[in-house]
Amino acid sequence: MADLTAASGTPVQDIRDSYLAMVQRRRLYNGVLLAVFVVLMVSGFYVADARNAGGFWDGWHQILDFPAGVVSEAWEKRANLPALLVHYLPSLLETFNIAAVSTLIGCIAGLFLSLAATRGLAKWPLLIPVFRRLSDVLRAIPEIVIALVLIFMMGGGPVPAMIAIAIHTAGAMGKLYSEVNENVDLKPLEGLSSVGANWSQRMLLAVIPQVAPNYLSYALLRLEINIRASAILGFVGAGGIGYELRNSMSWGQGKFDEAAAIFILLFATIVLVDQVSSHFRNRLIGTGGH
Amino acid sequence: MLRIETLTKRFGANVAVDKASIEVPEPRMIGIIGRSGAGKSTLLRMINRLTDPTEGRIVFEGREVSSLTGAAKRAWQSECAMIFQQFNLVPRLDVVSNVLHGTLNRRSTLATLFSLYPTSDIHRAIDILDRLGIAEHAPKRAEALSGGQQQRVAIARALMQDPKIILADEPIASLDPMNAQVVMQDLRRIHEEDGRMVIANLHTLDTARRYCDRVIGMRDGRIVFDGTPEQLTTGAARDIYGAGAEFSEAATSTEIDTLERSMDGAGVVRLANV
Repeated sequence: MADLTAASGTPVQDIRDSYLAMVQRRRLYNGVLLAVFVVLMVSGFYVADARNAGGFWDGWHQILDFPAGVVSEAWEKRANLPALLVHYLPSLLETFNIAAVSTLIGCIAGLFLSLAATRGLAKWPLLIPVFRRLSDVLRAIPEIVIALVLIFMMGGGPVPAMIAIAIHTAGAMGKLYSEVNENVDLKPLEGLSSVGANWSQRMLLAVIPQVAPNYLSYALLRLEINIRASAILGFVGAGGIGYELRNSMSWGQGKFDEAAAIFILLFATIVLVDQVSSHFRNRLIGTGGH
Repeated sequence: MLRIETLTKRFGANVAVDKASIEVPEPRMIGIIGRSGAGKSTLLRMINRLTDPTEGRIVFEGREVSSLTGAAKRAWQSECAMIFQQFNLVPRLDVVSNVLHGTLNRRSTLATLFSLYPTSDIHRAIDILDRLGIAEHAPKRAEALSGGQQQRVAIARALMQDPKIILADEPIASLDPMNAQVVMQDLRRIHEEDGRMVIANLHTLDTARRYCDRVIGMRDGRIVFDGTPEQLTTGAARDIYGAGAEFSEAATSTEIDTLERSMDGAGVVRLANV
């Protein structure tokens, strides 16, 4: 075995010294980076705290006042809760519908954006930067801005919220899906090219089966995020449970039992989506087989 | 020294290892042979406690290691090094860091986070690499090395643990014949010079014959042969591999000259074993 490695002939002492020097350099860099990080965090915190209206140190112990108020008031009026849960179910369904439709539309748009923006898969490789910037733009505009503009033009209701969320979803999924696409095994693709399949056939048969489990779990995570986003858009007049939440959440109206009912509904919805999504994802991986 | 008593592992309805009993009174180089799926890997993984046994006991120097949990289990794992078929190194870290991972059982998470290994350990890691003839690769990333070199880094990591037992799960199965020979010679040398026990899963008969003091044959989870290489006749090998009269020794050989002549035959046997 000596004959296999005799070519180098470097004495061990040299290797030791150079490696230790490298370790020392690395430790120095890491130490400097850590110090800079700590200084930035601490100084940044003090700057932010100084600019606060109230000040963090005076206010932090009041953080729990609002949840405590909601819980205690809801507990006093716990008899109302079942009726309130039923009462708000239709507006929850409206919120969920906004989220579901916008997730579906956004994910389909994101699928095409991602395929067009992935090196090695794109039909028009020259346009890859264009599609990348397009999904950047869709992601960059806050959905609440799009929703406000659309509500101003089209009036309040679920459709502007749906469009606003779908636009943001398309941008986000275009990005996430194209990262999934980059890890795709290209061998099946080459195999299908060799039999003369066209671009759509190659994508459909060689790429989609590989990425489907990841696509699905990202889509279901996005559905959760969109339920929350659609509830927030209710605050600005897009309807659904967010509108009800804004009305019941204000101080001093004695409506905290309603707010608690809405929180319970939102929580239950997220749990349900999470359970359903892990069920379907497991089934897809189980039958798809790796 | 090492005693395995009626060790059994079931995966659902399948029995991977079926009442295996092995007694090793002193450090030896032991080869376990058998076709794929015979339970060799599961047996080794149970000794290292990567897999929990369903039934049975593993006793090392009077201590039952099969029932350890938590920190005691991790301490046992640090005494009982494992070498894998696919090397299982961290590809993006440099070679010396990979070797230093052998000391992780003694290091705190915080020291690991900032890679604060003592200089003496770094020196020892480089000495071990030098012993295995790959010291000049010390600062390179593990992924930049060839398969044979990576397997020697894995052996160096195992030596860094200063283990009493080295378990090797198909250490040469993904190496070319040249590198396979180097790796097997390294393992033999470690056994002879350091007096460490080496237990290696091997898929070729002649490797087991040439390097091991004792050969254990497994078939369908059971131990069907346990003896010296001399006792391992062609007939005994046929029983272990469950092959008929057409079975030829060359089919499970890594000898460079026989391999070149019987390349097609080896391919057929591998396929049949999958």
